[in-house]
Amino acid sequence: MSENQEIKEKRTQSEVGMIVKVSGPLVVAKGMAGSKMFDMVRVSEQRLLGEIIGLAGDEAAIQVYEETAGIGPGEPVFPSHEPLSVELGPGLIESIYDGVQRPLDVVRSVAGDFISRGVEVPGLNRDRKWYFKPIVKAGDEVEPGDVIGEVEETTLIRHRIMVPPGVGGELVEIREGEWTINDTIAVLRTRDRTVNLTMMQRWPVRVPRPVKERLAPNMPLLTGQRVIDSFFPVAKGGTACVPGPFGSGKTVIQHQLAKWADAEVVIFVGCGERGNEMTDVLLEFPKLEDPRSGEPLMKRTVLIANTSNMPVAAREASVYTAVTIGEYFRDMGYAVALQADSTSRWAEAMREISGRLEEMPGEEGYPAYLAGRIAEFYERAGRVRCLGRYQGREQEGSLTVIGSVSPPGGDLNDPVVQATLRVVKVFWSLEDKLAFARHFPAISWLRSYSLYAESLAPVMDRLAGAGYGANCREALAILQREAELEEVVRLVGKDTLGGNERLILEVARSIREDFLHQNAFDPVDSFSSLKKQALILEMILRFYHGARQALERGDDINRIEKLPVREKIARMKFLEESELENRFKEIEAELEAELKGAA
Amino acid sequence: MIKEYRSVSSVSGPLLVVEGVSGVKYAELVEIRLPSGERRRGQVLEVNRDRALVQVFEGTRGIDVPKAGVRFLGRGIELAVSEEMLGRVFDGLGAPRDGGPPIIPKQRLDINGAPINPCAREYPNEFIQTGISAIDGLNTLVRGQKLPIFSGTGLPHNRLAAQIARQAKVLGKEERFAVVFAAMGITFEEAQFFIDDFTRSGALSRTVLFLNLADEPAIERIATPRTALTCAEYLAFELGMHVLVILTDMTNYCEALREISAARKEVPGRRGYPGYLYTDLASIYERCGRIKDRTGSITMIPILTMPEDDKTHPIPDLTGYITEGQIILSRAMHLKNIAPPIDVLPSLSRLKDKGIGAGKTREDHADLFNQLYACYARGKEAEELQVILGEAALTELDRLYIDFARTFERRYIAQGEYENRSIETTLNLGWELLSVFPKSELKRVRPALLEKYYPK
Ligand SMILES: Nc1ncnc2c1ncn2[C@@H]1O[C@H](COP(=O)(O)OP(=O)(O)O)[C@@H](O)[C@H]1O
Ligand SMILES: [Mg+2]
Repeated sequence: MSENQEIKEKRTQSEVGMIVKVSGPLVVAKGMAGSKMFDMVRVSEQRLLGEIIGLAGDEAAIQVYEETAGIGPGEPVFPSHEPLSVELGPGLIESIYDGVQRPLDVVRSVAGDFISRGVEVPGLNRDRKWYFKPIVKAGDEVEPGDVIGEVEETTLIRHRIMVPPGVGGELVEIREGEWTINDTIAVLRTRDRTVNLTMMQRWPVRVPRPVKERLAPNMPLLTGQRVIDSFFPVAKGGTACVPGPFGSGKTVIQHQLAKWADAEVVIFVGCGERGNEMTDVLLEFPKLEDPRSGEPLMKRTVLIANTSNMPVAAREASVYTAVTIGEYFRDMGYAVALQADSTSRWAEAMREISGRLEEMPGEEGYPAYLAGRIAEFYERAGRVRCLGRYQGREQEGSLTVIGSVSPPGGDLNDPVVQATLRVVKVFWSLEDKLAFARHFPAISWLRSYSLYAESLAPVMDRLAGAGYGANCREALAILQREAELEEVVRLVGKDTLGGNERLILEVARSIREDFLHQNAFDPVDSFSSLKKQALILEMILRFYHGARQALERGDDINRIEKLPVREKIARMKFLEESELENRFKEIEAELEAELKGAA
Repeated sequence: MIKEYRSVSSVSGPLLVVEGVSGVKYAELVEIRLPSGERRRGQVLEVNRDRALVQVFEGTRGIDVPKAGVRFLGRGIELAVSEEMLGRVFDGLGAPRDGGPPIIPKQRLDINGAPINPCAREYPNEFIQTGISAIDGLNTLVRGQKLPIFSGTGLPHNRLAAQIARQAKVLGKEERFAVVFAAMGITFEEAQFFIDDFTRSGALSRTVLFLNLADEPAIERIATPRTALTCAEYLAFELGMHVLVILTDMTNYCEALREISAARKEVPGRRGYPGYLYTDLASIYERCGRIKDRTGSITMIPILTMPEDDKTHPIPDLTGYITEGQIILSRAMHLKNIAPPIDVLPSLSRLKDKGIGAGKTREDHADLFNQLYACYARGKEAEELQVILGEAALTELDRLYIDFARTFERRYIAQGEYENRSIETTLNLGWELLSVFPKSELKRVRPALLEKYYPK
């Protein structure tokens, strides 16, 4: 919490409320007349952080972000008269926060290996100095969102310091140099007052940050995952969801995107999931190289970890904290990707609090406003024209939001899945059958869809080479044909299939095993450039077309199935990017020769 | 002096309502005194103005509303811990039940513990050899992992858990280890099976048992795993031991939780279990792990019986969402006399990837298990086809896969209860079984490894 807020928290007797009820994370206090919905409060002398989520008369219902054991009626509640907010400024990148933006590494150094209560640490480091380099000068007129200077936050992120929303006027002064986030770096004269600007802004997490205009997404977020980029792409500024039962690969997909997606900033929120998964990211990301810049991936990443055993109310807040930080970097003109794993745990946190409030339950005990909250959350994604200007020009930024959903028993009728599918544009449906056979990513090619596929097709062709889009569509059609043929096989056996149909089955298997299957833990296979994706697919389809011609010439399907070159096609995914083109030519030649072989 | 209230206004199921209280805190420990002199323990579930809602661990039977005395003890439920607990038997709340003396506490710890800061965790990556191929080869257990056994009534999960407890070791290390065993609602016989097995293997003196048996108060089960884990945390993170925690049967635990929820008239979630079951289970399972700069570790094997063998039942479902994988036992395999009847396809160890490979097990391990999985899955698929369409409908290759699947079950998955296979043996056996296929079928193995390990 910032200092000025501390001061505002006047501890005068008249302004202090009193607890009347404690039920798990829910506390009810009376004497709260002056407070508003979503105001932050401190509960008891232990000063546990809470947020007002209901008001009736002078009684406030408060969700408490820390364990409430040992708290009881009669204890004080201190209002702050400020909504739950995050601190935005240099120092966000490479941080790991809990759901209400407490830096967990700092919490550890203060409180030890186990999280204890009442630890108050600010989201951004107050002592660290950053070199602020102005890009505008005194006398310039600035408006909200204008970038007035830059800080080299990490080797990957140039943190653009913006005029906060709602403020504008003439710059009276601007100070280059080493400053902390609380130091004044510029002075602004508005119509009626002067404002000191620092490198930090605060923003209430439940309120979307303003933009000039919302735009339709027009570029793919390339992920290096073949089934995603080639079949079910997501756009920069778009929304996607990954529902699936446990063990089907949601977290691995989210980690893969956090690692390899071509976003400039990545926000990863572990919402009510495993502690070790966050540790994994914490240990791995500093070591992994960004394939584009060669810098450690951590240098563009912000982590939010509110694991399943951490307080449930803070879990509810965690996705808002994350999306607000995401919007902030979007406002600088960056392409931001946000991964939320898992939104179901967020929904469950809502359900738990709602139950304690004794609200009228809707489906499966979820509150009636579940669908509304989910829609609002995904609506904060988007490609936008940012407020203000950077070096005199307007800018575009994007925030892509990808949420995992963990339906009970993997049942897609779950209210969270259904509410999510109504708003997101990409559906990666995970199938446990595929996971059991260790076909990963276990994204069903029959059930998944991307509503961006069509609009992105021309861009994809430009990036991957002409014909790529057509190849992707043909490959999907072959897989659909396979599903039909499998039905036939199930009814009457394989014998009845003709050569062409058997070829379809073989090619479909090749598409599944040699193209779609991608091992996240293989150092080479983990990331596939678009070029590599296009070349593998092209080769598989060349085999298909060549083989069809051969069959027409009277060749034997039994021979074609066993062509030695097929194993080489299968291993293309393990090729380093550098050997790709040469090997492609070799395999191409072998394929041609072998197909001619018998004819 | 702590005030004694005689203002119990109602009793419903395991819950008491006490009126006219003041200064009561949420989650505080409660002592209830009956006119007979009997004392029971409880915990505050909610406090609303001057009314406190209390869950009674030993149940409310025989509590006479006007005569019961209730005292609020001003602290949470605590466990007295010390190294002397090793070799001892306690009840579900930590009181000795072996006739021995009380523990002279080195510390008193709140049984709810506190969440491990994700920044303080060390990622579990030390391979534990259990000597069981289906685990070591395919669903590798690592130190600090929580890996439950999903079983069904009458399946040999206890034998499997006992075999793991007997054989588990980290190769090349001699370290202090301990077993913490928590029984929730299992029978005397089942508990005795473990005690006998620990006695035979000589592990008993390094074991702490917390028993709440089938005929004992059901609500106490809510505290039992927490009591056990508090002890485990002390042994692991204060005394530096490597602790294996066995929790059985989590299904009984969840039923106790459901009972409380029903008595509170909460809006039920799926199948009557409370909506917060996930969060509640996480507060148990997530106490497992490793911590930076501390020697010890907690590895956890919770056992649960799936009602109607249904993996989508909320108990296994929510468990699987929290734990780092699951070992699933199958009735079909059990009927085919495959022991241990591990259904390897839906089984999973999420932490295996960093616990295996060169320097840990062997460089070919990852490729090998991927290939074994792929071949076995295809064999099972072909087997299904065979059932529907008959032998004639299969291709030559299909038949090869079916044969492989059968041999794999008989030779790789099945093994003796006292057979302790080294990881080398397990890996080599995998290659031997795969060698029925031509190399070109083994696409999941990288070429260099295939050259090196494919049996000549
Ligand atoms: N792309 C992948 N490559 C290899 N293994 C994978 C892949 N995706 C998932 N897995 C395996 O599946 C396991 C479960 O995946 P995870 O993402 O944790 O599932 P979920 O989050 O859906 O429960 C992982 O531990 C890993 O072993
Ligand atoms: Mg997951």
